[in-house]
Amino acid sequence: MKTVEKENGLVGRGNRDGAQLFRDWFSSLSEAADEGRRAAYVFVMGSLNEILMCFDLPVVFPEINSLQTAVRRVAHEYLDEAEDYGYSPDICGYVKADVALQLRGGAHPMGNIPKPKIAVATNACNTYIKWAEIWQRMYDVPVFVMDVPGSREAGDSTQRGERDFENDRRYVEAQLKELIAICEKVTGRKFDVDRLREVLGYTNEMNVGWKRVLELNKARPAPFNALTDGTIYLGVANGFRGTKIGGRYFTELVEEMEYKVEHHIGSLTEEEYRLIFVGVPCYPIFRRFNELFTDWQGTFINSTYLWFASGGANRGFEYDINRPIESLAEGVLISVRDAMDSMFYQEKALGGMIDDYHVDGIIYHPIKSCRTVSTGLADSRRYMAEKYDIPSLFVESDMMDRRVISEAQMKNRIDAFFEGLDSRRRRSGVH
Amino acid sequence: MAYAAGVDVGSTQTKAVIIDEKRRIVGRSLIDTGANVVLAAENAHAGALKDAGLREMEVEYVVGTGYGRYRVTFGNTQVTEISCHGRGAVHMFPGTRTVVDMGGQDTKAIRVGSSGEIVDFCMNDKCAAGTGRFLGAAAAALEIPLSDLGSRALQFQKPVRISTTCTVFAESEVLSWLGKGKKIEDILWGVHQSIASRSAGLLRRVGIEDEVTFTGGVTRNIAMIRALEEKVERQLNVSDDSHYMGALGAALFALDHIVSSRSPREAVETRE
Repeated sequence: MKTVEKENGLVGRGNRDGAQLFRDWFSSLSEAADEGRRAAYVFVMGSLNEILMCFDLPVVFPEINSLQTAVRRVAHEYLDEAEDYGYSPDICGYVKADVALQLRGGAHPMGNIPKPKIAVATNACNTYIKWAEIWQRMYDVPVFVMDVPGSREAGDSTQRGERDFENDRRYVEAQLKELIAICEKVTGRKFDVDRLREVLGYTNEMNVGWKRVLELNKARPAPFNALTDGTIYLGVANGFRGTKIGGRYFTELVEEMEYKVEHHIGSLTEEEYRLIFVGVPCYPIFRRFNELFTDWQGTFINSTYLWFASGGANRGFEYDINRPIESLAEGVLISVRDAMDSMFYQEKALGGMIDDYHVDGIIYHPIKSCRTVSTGLADSRRYMAEKYDIPSLFVESDMMDRRVISEAQMKNRIDAFFEGLDSRRRRSGVH
Repeated sequence: MAYAAGVDVGSTQTKAVIIDEKRRIVGRSLIDTGANVVLAAENAHAGALKDAGLREMEVEYVVGTGYGRYRVTFGNTQVTEISCHGRGAVHMFPGTRTVVDMGGQDTKAIRVGSSGEIVDFCMNDKCAAGTGRFLGAAAAALEIPLSDLGSRALQFQKPVRISTTCTVFAESEVLSWLGKGKKIEDILWGVHQSIASRSAGLLRRVGIEDEVTFTGGVTRNIAMIRALEEKVERQLNVSDDSHYMGALGAALFALDHIVSSRSPREAVETRE
């Protein structure tokens, strides 16, 4: 009886609390908008929340606003409006939905979105910079772009103590100091280093928890679905980064996942196939897309999306709060660089997971409106097939635009992929 | 004698095949799919039964395939046409390791193993560019019956280079070349080369390995066979039954089911 009671409270708590936190976050943004307060506009790959929290700036993630219009099945209205305004059908769907959102004065299906006071971007996505310039023109707000040095070559990142790493770290640190100065000017508030220490402590709790949660999906059956459940956790990882609530959420999520692993509670009752997802989800048919896999008892045990869209938080980087700025610079360098590698050089990480996570196949999901994240996927797929002989599927659609999604074609490919997996398994005699 | 059937409901045509225990085709049927997919499946199956001289109750198991596979209401199960074309191609040409299936609305490149199992596959995206539909649009623009398209194309002298395989723009592309005074045959060969080039690209993505078998409705077009052979620089396996390859593969999967549901001794007796 006690076990049942515990299960009732614990199993699914991460999804319940995550969804509630997500709603709370949008309510607080709506409140800020209604009171005329302005926000920091940031991006998932290097939000620099840690600095912005010190100035109590509400944070708005336009990428999340946009994908939510797709999840709530109204993205086409926003996309059409931006295209009518003059934006090309070929550019990023996130940008277009946001442009329409701004044209509507911040009206969003989850509430009102405050206008920006400052925009903070990194170079992790080339569109970020041009996107931020749109707000600069619309609202005459400062745009700060953090230039994070990436890996010099695939699979060969510089390490702490090496000359190149230390140069890169100093470069990032100098930029952080610039950002602090801009925030002081914009908000009229003095930077408080003790507040930063507190924020870094909360982020540490979140980062450690996030890494642990991802690792717990090595278990069979996997305790969570990286595509559906994982995206809920991701929302908290972004919206509540550097907050006490966010840190505690991930500590509790670890507790839930450990319980599920211990009691063999999987996201599927009959887990047959364990898959990795590579790319950005198909938000316009988010649940249905996942069902096309779970109908075959396939579950996503990991996803590169959970790596790069959390800004590399999956690395579990822990800041040294005794040297906050320097350590933050290290963390930004390591995490954002890792986020970029997760998009462009994911093969090493994927290859390392095949045995550890008992992976049966990799699902590559290139998307029409983001060439940045999609272009290299065909090469990645070929490399993984040749080096690891791992079955993979290339299924193309979009993260926003339902006009380029054909569910029938998608199902055909997914069914054929599982038929292939099934015959491969039967031939090898493994069940 | 046990019989198994496969019904391949494609976007343009529906094919049905019945095989016996020795995996020999004993009946086949081909009809236009039309608007009523359920009826098309029923009629195609009825046609194959008639061709085989069998009654419906004599067919033990039916597998539906193609886009309308879930509309084969009398079918026992469904298998994708990707698996079925691979299976059918290897059955008909055992050396097959690569399959190119060109149908009405998509083109597939499939790499298969020695039993016909899928190793990898690749298809055109949502857009129908470079598929049989493009040939149909070009034929309509030139007012030539589809059945004459291949033979007319092979009469080319100075081929036109067609820049698009977009089905929407096919008509305007073809008409613009006519307007420039180009011969119909030269335009048609250009159309075939353009589609073959795109299909060869799909094949290279999965890796071209000997032997290559060409399947689907467009196999009846002799110009497309030649254009593809030039692009992939090897001879293609094609048979009169290539159009039925998906239905044949489905029938083979159906026979698998019949055999696996029997006692081991009975199963051995039905092997070739």
